[in-house]
Amino acid sequence: MSTDTRPGPAPAPTGTPVTTPKPVVQPGDRIFAGSATAAGVLILLVLAGVAAFLLIEAVPALVAPAADIPGGQGLVAYIMPLVFGTLLAAVIALLIATPLAVAVALFITHYAPRRVAQTFGYLIDLLAAVPSIVYGLWGIAVLGPASLGLMTWLQDNLGFVPLFAGPVSTTGRTMLVVGLTLAVMILPIITAVAREVFLQTPRLHEEAALALGATRWEMIRMAVLPFGRSGIISGAMLGLGRALGETMAVAIILSVSGGITFNLISSANPSTIAANIALDFPESTGLDVNTLIASGLVLFFITLAVNSLARFIINRRREFSGAN
Amino acid sequence: MTIDTQRRDPERGIDTSRVPGGLQRQGQLPSWAVPGALAAAAAVVGGLLAFTGFSLGLFAVGTVVVFTIGLYVASRTVEGRRKATDRLVTVVVTSAFVLALVPLVSVVITVVDEGLARFDAEFFTSSMRGVVGEGGGAYHAIVGTLVITGLAAAMSIPVGLLTAIYLVEYGRGRLARAITFFVDVMTGIPSIVAGLFAVALFTLFFGPGTRLGFAGAVALSVLMIPVVVRATEEILKIVPNELREAAFALGVPKWRTILKVVIPTAIAGIASGVTLAIARVIGETAPLLITVGLTAGVNLNPFSGRTATLPVFAYTSYANPGVPREPSLERAWTAALVLIIIVMVLNLLARLVARVFAPKTR
Repeated sequence: MSTDTRPGPAPAPTGTPVTTPKPVVQPGDRIFAGSATAAGVLILLVLAGVAAFLLIEAVPALVAPAADIPGGQGLVAYIMPLVFGTLLAAVIALLIATPLAVAVALFITHYAPRRVAQTFGYLIDLLAAVPSIVYGLWGIAVLGPASLGLMTWLQDNLGFVPLFAGPVSTTGRTMLVVGLTLAVMILPIITAVAREVFLQTPRLHEEAALALGATRWEMIRMAVLPFGRSGIISGAMLGLGRALGETMAVAIILSVSGGITFNLISSANPSTIAANIALDFPESTGLDVNTLIASGLVLFFITLAVNSLARFIINRRREFSGAN
Repeated sequence: MTIDTQRRDPERGIDTSRVPGGLQRQGQLPSWAVPGALAAAAAVVGGLLAFTGFSLGLFAVGTVVVFTIGLYVASRTVEGRRKATDRLVTVVVTSAFVLALVPLVSVVITVVDEGLARFDAEFFTSSMRGVVGEGGGAYHAIVGTLVITGLAAAMSIPVGLLTAIYLVEYGRGRLARAITFFVDVMTGIPSIVAGLFAVALFTLFFGPGTRLGFAGAVALSVLMIPVVVRATEEILKIVPNELREAAFALGVPKWRTILKVVIPTAIAGIASGVTLAIARVIGETAPLLITVGLTAGVNLNPFSGRTATLPVFAYTSYANPGVPREPSLERAWTAALVLIIIVMVLNLLARLVARVFAPKTR
């Protein structure tokens, strides 16, 4: 929107002094502009309201004596394992999904035949459309049992690494399976952002690389990837934000027994904030509710920070990329 | 995997063999090398697995690995290091795409397979009131989902639309920038946090333990508004400025220009964006689980008491199946199937609307 669309006086012919009349503002205009502005302000209020109301409802848990918090050790001791579980699951998902998403985005933008590329894009987008509850059911019914072989293999051959110490869960309801499921869920998000920036690579850069005799991969490495780096980073952070807040898939799949552990393939896992809320909230009353809301507030600020950072990177890039 | 070589292959124009008295001719693998290597790899891996016991996953992975190594070595000896790397990356990138489609296919197959058992008339016509064990359906949950999603849409669409209009047509300066930024941030709010917000809000006004369909609609609105704003904003931005200027030149006031020129031009894209936004929230489970809860009968009034919704119904049927388990699990899968069908249909509809009703570009 570089052009100013406001109705104004037309540029006057040179030399003729024209008295520019004030633009006429009708009542309809004022009402319309007012309601549009109000809607925008309402959004800001809602976001502020989310933080404010969560804070108000979390206060009883913040000021309560440590013994009254579930677990009896105080709020920090209650939330820490949850934060750990949240971060662990999200980081696993991110580590798996990011390289895959970059490859998929490259395939769609630079390898697939142009006629079917858009259809391929839709297919990947459909991954994002599947509700998380369905992923949860799929994870526990298909992916968990299917990855038992892999997890047993990891324990037998890489058991000396703390991550794969075992003993292997017999049901497949492990942190690794949760990470894999979350990876599937965030893959389309990262892919979408990466696709967007790869397509914006200046055509001339690509053609120049090819004209100098580069192979397709060398062209991608020299022209596309450096250009899209910040896009990949911000896409990954958007995916991270989604993985941090994902609830139902984790709630269904993960077998929880609290405690901080790096063991990814056993049946004793720390829960995540979101899944813990979903599992405990329906049966909670009184201070337990406030405690859960306090943990939700922590999650809100974590995802807010991650998403703001991602958006900041995207916006900065948009201003300086020079690709328009 | 050299697809579309006409357009992309850089080597095509530089056939060194034709340079008179010149450069050394660079070798090239024949065009049947790729399918040939793939077939050979499949044969080798298939033969090996025939001894150890066959499994489809191991066969696929083994074939791709053997094929990749074989092609790389062959290309490296004939074509040199650079082209070999290029071929390697092509195979890796293509496999990544296929790998990404595996979960999609697997999810669809699983859900259809498990869900078809109860995909019958009873599922769509009866509720769970008084049902123990066999039978019963999700009529109440489907109706509840429609009511709550409809209510959320009724709140989100006007707000989202007006905000987008503000951003594109009126917004200048700091406020517009702030709104753009926070709409983006709002897109990333976890659904469970949106649910907690609604809970906190309604707890303050109606006391603890409140479960209302309306609270669920508020939670869904928080998730839906930013999606509507983003989609509408993108569409309004690409409405050609000439149209606005033509209207202004005819003396049409700005608000009528927006209502009569800009929005009709963009209506297909807006409808498509709104449909996608509905598709996004209709499958949300977590916020409804904590705000609306579940009930066994039909409740059409979102302002009184719990309402059943399809995602929560699916979750609860799976998580707390009761005794006997089987009928409840089957209902959960069928609910998941119905949910997936709704979401896919909405997605297709959105694409279709955008394509069919798109404004003529010339």
